[in-house]
Amino acid sequence: MRYLPLSDADRGEMLAAIGAASIDDLFVDVPAAARLSGPVEGLPLHMTEMAVERQLGGLAKQNLAAGDAPFFLGAGAYRHHVPASVDHLIQRGEFLTAYTPYQPEIAQGTLQVLFEFQTQVARLFGCDVANASMYDGSTACWEAIGMARRITRRTKAILSAGLHPHYVAVCQTMAKFTGDTLDTAVPSLDGAGDDMTRLLSAIDGETSCVVVQNPNILGAIADLSELAEACHANGALLIVVVTEPVSLGAIKSPGEMGADIVVGEGQSIGVGLQFGGPYLGLFATRDKYVRQMPGRLCGQTVDADGKRGFVLTLSTREQHIRREKATSNICTNSGLCALAFTIHMTLLGEKGLRELAAINHARASAAADVLAAIPGVELVNTAFFNEFTLKLSKPARPIVRALADRNILAGVPLGRLYADAALENGLIVAVTETTTEEHVATLASALKEALA
Amino acid sequence: MTINQSGWRPEAPQNDGADAAPTFTGNRALMLEEPLLFEIGSTDRTGVDFDPAPAAPNRLAGLERGKIGLPGLSEPETVRHYTRLSRQNYAIDLGVFPLGSCTMKHNPRLNERIARLPGFADIHPLQPISTVQGALAVINLVGEWLCKLTGMPAVAMSPKAGAHGELCGLLAIRAALEARGDARSVILVPESAHGTNPATAAFCGYAVENIPATAEGRVNLDALKARLGPDVAGVMITNPNTCGLFERDMTAISEAVHAVGGLVYCDGANFNAIVGRVRPGDLGIDAMHINLHKTFSTPHGGGGPGAGPVVFSAALAPFAPLPFVEKTKDGFRLVEEETMEDHHAQSFGRMVAFHGQMGMFTRAASYMLSHGADGLRQVSGDAVLNANYILRQLEDVLDAPFAASGPCMHEALFSDTGMAQGFTTLDIAKGLIDEGFHPMTVYFPLVVHGAMLVEPTETESKAGLDQFIGALRSVAERGRAGDENLKSAPHFAPRRRLDETAAARSPVLAQKRD
Repeated sequence: MRYLPLSDADRGEMLAAIGAASIDDLFVDVPAAARLSGPVEGLPLHMTEMAVERQLGGLAKQNLAAGDAPFFLGAGAYRHHVPASVDHLIQRGEFLTAYTPYQPEIAQGTLQVLFEFQTQVARLFGCDVANASMYDGSTACWEAIGMARRITRRTKAILSAGLHPHYVAVCQTMAKFTGDTLDTAVPSLDGAGDDMTRLLSAIDGETSCVVVQNPNILGAIADLSELAEACHANGALLIVVVTEPVSLGAIKSPGEMGADIVVGEGQSIGVGLQFGGPYLGLFATRDKYVRQMPGRLCGQTVDADGKRGFVLTLSTREQHIRREKATSNICTNSGLCALAFTIHMTLLGEKGLRELAAINHARASAAADVLAAIPGVELVNTAFFNEFTLKLSKPARPIVRALADRNILAGVPLGRLYADAALENGLIVAVTETTTEEHVATLASALKEALA
Repeated sequence: MTINQSGWRPEAPQNDGADAAPTFTGNRALMLEEPLLFEIGSTDRTGVDFDPAPAAPNRLAGLERGKIGLPGLSEPETVRHYTRLSRQNYAIDLGVFPLGSCTMKHNPRLNERIARLPGFADIHPLQPISTVQGALAVINLVGEWLCKLTGMPAVAMSPKAGAHGELCGLLAIRAALEARGDARSVILVPESAHGTNPATAAFCGYAVENIPATAEGRVNLDALKARLGPDVAGVMITNPNTCGLFERDMTAISEAVHAVGGLVYCDGANFNAIVGRVRPGDLGIDAMHINLHKTFSTPHGGGGPGAGPVVFSAALAPFAPLPFVEKTKDGFRLVEEETMEDHHAQSFGRMVAFHGQMGMFTRAASYMLSHGADGLRQVSGDAVLNANYILRQLEDVLDAPFAASGPCMHEALFSDTGMAQGFTTLDIAKGLIDEGFHPMTVYFPLVVHGAMLVEPTETESKAGLDQFIGALRSVAERGRAGDENLKSAPHFAPRRRLDETAAARSPVLAQKRD
């Protein structure tokens, strides 16, 4: 077995040193009835590297990779080009096979990266501080609602209709058990202003927070300044969710619009699609709330010689110290994904991020015009970044399935996300720097045919 | 040095008396100082080239972004910056990483190659199901292996880490109890439990009560039985437990909890000790999370991402979270919100966007197939053998509180009893750093004074273990003798002991803007 260094001779010597006759004797504390006498039944025996690669490689080939088709999916996960050096660097064993920096003297690499990551996220979001990452955007969103409850001591959260429905579902699951009240709504394909009016009129003295996604699930962007003022006037917090961080190279940050907590999905930068995970939860806030913030934090300090160094800090918020009084039960962050994000963001820099965002917006804007010109297609959004929603003259889901059979990945039909029949003609289309004009032309001609 | 436009130099004094041979840079040959990105990068530099944006209408509604303040570097500078930082880390690839309860085993590189196949890495979670049949097959494969290895009938694959798996298990327990109209309020947790257990129970709205341990380091069955009653929703037991011991009374614990209508959650953090040899389902448990980043070798990545699938008994299976993969005669389907009405309507709901840690499932699948049922049995055998070897080779110089009661499982527990006055576990840990090893888990579990929990895993050779044992023996002897030099260790690491109090008193969590 290629991964097990002990030889039978080693095992014999070690058993002799221990004073045991066999390895099985070391399991004496397991009740005899529960001890298996041989390998677990119903599973194959060990395989060579070549055989494993053949079997799993075969399964990989059964999937249609995004790079092998005109590809237009977004809705919370975006396909961007990740520079080759990102993947090279995150595979350095010193990063890949290290663990949580419990011994900071020999984990300065990971810790300094986390400090850089926290700073990048805080600046991108227009906030003072960010944590060292969380599982993903959806769980970060729920953690933000919990944080708002602790700060305001209120339990009513108002969720925008434009919040990703999976995020809403995660919050609903948790709220059932915590006693928070969630005021939710589904989006509409007519009248983009409805949701903002609803949010503004729902805020009251009982409200802990308003949660709004920008760009929202349909791709629409909005100025949230008035909403922030309304929240603050009622003692509530504004939580802004960003599922496409590349957008912040082009549009005003949530922090600049008055958000108190900004959470997001960092997958767009450095991480890749990976069928939904692992992803990267981003979490940032104002300085004054830092002690209520969940998740790991890296802070700057000095060592015994006075040299600058970094440590995990404010751990008195965390479960290994506070146990049942912790701010969250989360023990891990998404370290390697945070590393990928940091490296990709360093490669981009502000200049690259702005260029990337500009290309995304221009290509999406051009594609929207091409697609909206098709008979039976209506563009729902007036303002958007790299993603927009089309209202088709027929239900979108069967069309998307039919196009997939022709190797076109046309977008995310709203019917995949909502049971509501009023939304079944909606199709969310994302366009990034990886989308070519040929891809758009292929989609346009296929859609035209399907709607004819 | 990296091109240094800002003229940055390490701020701290490097030429104090302790340094016999100061250098201009502060570097020590291969040990290189590295500034922060914000000290060497600039907002007008980039390591990525783009084509010009095509002409198209601006639809940003006047929300254009102002100055952001994100410095960039060219590709060569970026590669050097992060390569230099990487060298300030200890890692499994460098040597024994004996963090107890973390299972720091070798990460096979085949797994990395498999995870990066475009058919797995470059697929979107919301693609039509017909285009992702291979991905669903991998999720199903890993789920089937976990069910067979644990002897449990059902599995939820979406939880993102161990603590998230705990949450999943407790939410299922709560949903099951509420479904039978029997909401209960208390979860019992042994005092040796990992801190996430009580935190998770509290997060789900339960009151948490501790169960004391016996002098042998196991759950006190009599105390547990005495506390059981109609208000107890369940227990959270770690088995093997955090003292590195198998809970001999596990079946009796399960029976007692079931007898009063409660359910049994098992923290599977230590599954590596028993994989392929004991099926937790045979011990009467109702839910258990499996840390794929421990037993199934997905990389720890400097602190995540993990993956924490949860196996369920028949009693809890109907309440498992969405989404999940189902095998039909026409291939695999994904049961989600809009498909749940046809069955599985009792699910407690969704825990994450999308479907879980696919990138971890592909790696775990590669690990499982590589080892097979026979290899996994050898994994637990060798992991337990290695731990017992360490225990018996060191019990003469380090206090081993539970060694007399018999063999340990996959980790050996020591305490700092017997060290010279003023010498503690922390000093032993820092001394090990100078010897070129990552220290063991320290001060956990809390039930032992100055705990040192050593988990070598099965991927260490005997020669590697002998070297580690020699180093720990030497450091322990220095601690017993009161070697003052140990109090200021580490001396040879990239940093000396760091001031954690100052870091917490006035936190600096981000670089200040210029």
